[in-house]
Amino acid sequence: MSDVAERVKKIVVEHLGVEAEKVTEEASFIDDLGADSLDTVELVMAFEDEFGVEIPDDAAEKILTVKDAIAFIAANGK
Amino acid sequence: MFNLEGRTALVTGASGGIGGAIARTLKARGAKLALSGTREEALKALADELGGAEILPCRLDVAEEVEALVPAAVEKLGQLDILVNNAGITRDGLAMRMKDEDWAAVLKVDLEAAFRLSRAALRPMMKARHGRIVSISSVVGSIGNPGQANYAAAKAGLEGMTRSLAAEVASRGVTVNCVAPGFIRSAMTDALNEEQKAKMFERIPAGRFGDGGDVAAAVLWLASDEGGYVTGQAIHVNGGMHMA
Repeated sequence: MSDVAERVKKIVVEHLGVEAEKVTEEASFIDDLGADSLDTVELVMAFEDEFGVEIPDDAAEKILTVKDAIAFIAANGK
Repeated sequence: MFNLEGRTALVTGASGGIGGAIARTLKARGAKLALSGTREEALKALADELGGAEILPCRLDVAEEVEALVPAAVEKLGQLDILVNNAGITRDGLAMRMKDEDWAAVLKVDLEAAFRLSRAALRPMMKARHGRIVSISSVVGSIGNPGQANYAAAKAGLEGMTRSLAAEVASRGVTVNCVAPGFIRSAMTDALNEEQKAKMFERIPAGRFGDGGDVAAAVLWLASDEGGYVTGQAIHVNGGMHMA
């Protein structure tokens, strides 16, 4: 679980070019981390590649925060 | 200029005249190609002529085959840098007599398949922070043509779709454009008699038909690194018959 959290945060830091301290579990990609809608699509793609999961569109729409991503991957990832 | 060494390209409708010209031009500049179309023999002959290319037959009116095409190209080529949506069909007829099937068939192949292929291609292109999508529209999409309500709608639709996609992905190094040919020499134009040709030339300031190479040259420019600041455009290649 903590491993998933670290990997998710690393992807977010790399992709959005934000400081690691800002990437808290409560942080919203769009409201807190400056992502636009295309960034969120790319983040989902990056999560899919990193964790070997398929994130369907209806699930992807609900992944709004770092915590949401960690929870989805923990529940569905390998 | 216009070097495509190390780039990969998928060309649909490669068994046709314009598609073949595009494939030859991209290959001549060093691109590694995947050729798609419905006539496998013609694709094989072209691949042999080009000294090698992947052959990916696909019926663009079958959604499952369309969805599988880009992943297959990525698998064969290792990456997809350039997508050329060239394939198109016509089902001409005056609107008052046009059957629903004829309308739907043209929209499905000429517009919907291009959307599906573009959507699939955007994923690897966005990741690579580089990509080129070029769709072959038509002057008819701008000026209309009696008997081609379906075709004109599909081609105008391609240009509208292109502008939207271009705006969505420009920040990721992916460009999306159309090339809009006018009258291009083909078996059909070769069959016209002199009087018919003369009548058509009256509408073309250049006084002649174009050929596939004229269209391919515009595709090459848009597909190249040098074309990287051009996006959301329809480049008209028509001897001046329509000045957009």
